[in-house]
Amino acid sequence: MRSGPLFHVDGLVMSENFIELRNVRKEFAGVVALKDLSLTIRKGEIHCLAGENGSGKSTLIKIMSGVYQPTSGELYIDGNRVENLSPMASIEHGVQVIYQDFSLFGNLTVAENLAMNVQLREQRHMLNWRKVREIAKEAVKRLGVDLDLDTDVEKLSTAGKQLVAIARALMSDARLIIMDEPTTALTGKEIETLFRIVKDIQSRGIAILFVSHKMREMLEISEHITVIRNGQKVADGPTGDFDEALITRHMTGSDIISEPYIWDQQKYGSMPPRIETKNLTHGNDLDNINLAIKPGEIVGVSGLLGSGRTELALSLFGMMPGYSGTISINGAQTVLDTPQKAIRAGVAYVPEDRLSEGLFLTQGIDRNMLATSYEKLAPGLLIDQNKAEEWVEAMIRDMQIATPTGKKLVKELSGGNQQRVVIARWLLTNAKFLILNGPTVGVDVGSKAEIHRIIRELAQKEGLAVLMISDDVPELVHNCNRIVLMHRGAFVEEMASADTSEDQISDKLKNLT
Amino acid sequence: MAWFHKSEVVIAGILVLAMILIGLVNPAFWSLDNMFSLLRSNVIIGIMALGVLLVMISGGIDVSFPAFAVAAMYLTIKGMLYFNYDGVVLPFVAAATMGALFGCLNAFFVYKFRMIPLIVTLGTGSMVRGFLLGVVGTSMININKMPDALIDFGKSDIISMVKPDGTTYGLTAMVAVYVVLAVALHIVLRYTMIGRGVYAMGGDPEAASRVGFNIRKITFFIYCVAGALAGFAGLLHSGMIWLANPRDFVGLELDVIAAVVLGGASIFGGRGSVLGTMLGVFMLVMVKNSLIIMKIDTTWQRVVVGVIIVIATAITAWRDRRANA
Repeated sequence: MRSGPLFHVDGLVMSENFIELRNVRKEFAGVVALKDLSLTIRKGEIHCLAGENGSGKSTLIKIMSGVYQPTSGELYIDGNRVENLSPMASIEHGVQVIYQDFSLFGNLTVAENLAMNVQLREQRHMLNWRKVREIAKEAVKRLGVDLDLDTDVEKLSTAGKQLVAIARALMSDARLIIMDEPTTALTGKEIETLFRIVKDIQSRGIAILFVSHKMREMLEISEHITVIRNGQKVADGPTGDFDEALITRHMTGSDIISEPYIWDQQKYGSMPPRIETKNLTHGNDLDNINLAIKPGEIVGVSGLLGSGRTELALSLFGMMPGYSGTISINGAQTVLDTPQKAIRAGVAYVPEDRLSEGLFLTQGIDRNMLATSYEKLAPGLLIDQNKAEEWVEAMIRDMQIATPTGKKLVKELSGGNQQRVVIARWLLTNAKFLILNGPTVGVDVGSKAEIHRIIRELAQKEGLAVLMISDDVPELVHNCNRIVLMHRGAFVEEMASADTSEDQISDKLKNLT
Repeated sequence: MAWFHKSEVVIAGILVLAMILIGLVNPAFWSLDNMFSLLRSNVIIGIMALGVLLVMISGGIDVSFPAFAVAAMYLTIKGMLYFNYDGVVLPFVAAATMGALFGCLNAFFVYKFRMIPLIVTLGTGSMVRGFLLGVVGTSMININKMPDALIDFGKSDIISMVKPDGTTYGLTAMVAVYVVLAVALHIVLRYTMIGRGVYAMGGDPEAASRVGFNIRKITFFIYCVAGALAGFAGLLHSGMIWLANPRDFVGLELDVIAAVVLGGASIFGGRGSVLGTMLGVFMLVMVKNSLIIMKIDTTWQRVVVGVIIVIATAITAWRDRRANA
């Protein structure tokens, strides 16, 4: 651990550290959230804070931004001890947090959003709209981006909103900008732009704390990495000392094996494809898509936002009627023009966020699992309770969900177990073809590995065919046996995962125009 | 801000269209006499609507204001009679203050216990109305007992006209009072930080507190101003009709909320303007007025108000959802 080195300039004591936490401990009603944690962020450095959900990352952020007071331990800013840091004081010291939801006002214009902090800090009572525009213009100029000041923020894309949030933070004379999971909802191109901006901010001497659980990003952007687990610092050092495997090991406390997925061609090769499209075309969204997925295959789709990848998923789930070309399921041609037909044909679609948000958290495992199956359980008026229980028990066994009973509330389950409940729900509909759109967006490393394992197992053993759409290139390379690259509604290239690397795909994505 | 203008232009357009239609059915609609009486009917609903607008922009809803208005009005007039006081300014200050205090009650529950404003205001409204009737009294105060100063104030006109048959009619000065209050609220909402705070809160309360808005202050401000406007409107109403009825304003909340929604305010909070609300109030009053002219039964007026609420809310909800998509 580095202890803030001091150097002297004309008799003044200057610290090269901006903020320093020494042995900080935080308890909530006796529960320890942070254990004697020390962290130093130097002026103008890009520092990564890595940790899984629940590791104490957000508690740490809130201590630095003055929202929480540490139970014990010391906090130094510019080498001076600071006690009872309040949110306002934290902002005055130059600490700015960009939360995942950006804390913007969708109903107000970009200009007003940009100017609001300055106006509030100056404790104004009246609002001068000309001043608002001036501040906003200045903010946009500082960031060097182009934003329409008169649009309501809610009409902007996620990347646009993030730019507004960053520009707003810069206007507050920030010296440390904390970004909480800034890349979660961004596409590859947008992440590149973000990184360029982050580097630019750094060149002005502003430190950045990049909170993330995406390994590649951390390694690419940061100079220093701190990993925390269960409220404790488990590793800390220059980024050069780390690699993906090492960070993962520190974050999860165990090794996660990521051997590529191999399709059992001998077992499934002779079977008809679970789903096959011929010249599938839909308006400007889909252009002559020919795709065949055999049982046991996991096919990845990579492409930028707007490449038609979501439309592909929707059309295979019967949500884009009016297509031309044909869709066959298990060799039989069908017309998929409603989701009901698709479900009956054995197609399941898990949209983005659905894995984490499609659960009824305050309900039991049983009800969550059966949510899409009640029709089948109630041939008449009443639900066949015995059959329902049987199904749930079998699923809990098959999916190895750690619970004594199916009545346990889903919110009491770990993230990984929750994901299994969602997948179980779809399996109960007898799905033979599963479409996953961004299956692990916002899921931490441990649960992510679990989900991957379950999906691979289902494909391998049960012959489930899977179409996996993701921005996360490593996820595709490790879990799919082939990957198609989509652009402007068409398949540009198909690669066997065994013959390609993450970097190759990333480069191809960046070169798409 | 182009959006706000656009929304008001749409409302104004619909209003003009409706006025032309009603004028075709009933040419007397356009007479100066009818216009003056229409504007007169705008005053009380309009002032109350300003308060409801404030609450709705912040993402809340208020159904307690008719109770507050009637309580502030009745208590003030009872007090004037008791002290034998005959003036104008002090009673209005008293009524507004009482309304503000009742509003504090709303703010307290909404802020302190994070309760849903609908439940809070249903409860406080019922409580206040119940206390008024149970403790203070149920008897009406008629014109013979009403303080003269109030009646004289309520009678004052800014324009007076004489009909060919010799009878006079005029535009009540209360319209000016309404317009002054409306302009004041517009300035507060548009040009003060607390006003922008109300919009910010309606947009995202969590984010509003993060950037440094004082949510407690804003909540109290909103409900107290809404209460004050209601109390003020209550007393003004009694001056205009020369009667203080402790059972007045029953069911008025629906009309006022309908007017505010009609004026383009979002039920999700964050959107709404004074100009739009004034147009909405005018539209609602005009529709009800036309129904009366067409001799349609009052029970059917309830149906119309209900339909207006549902349709206007559906349109704004659809608009807001599209904007969020």
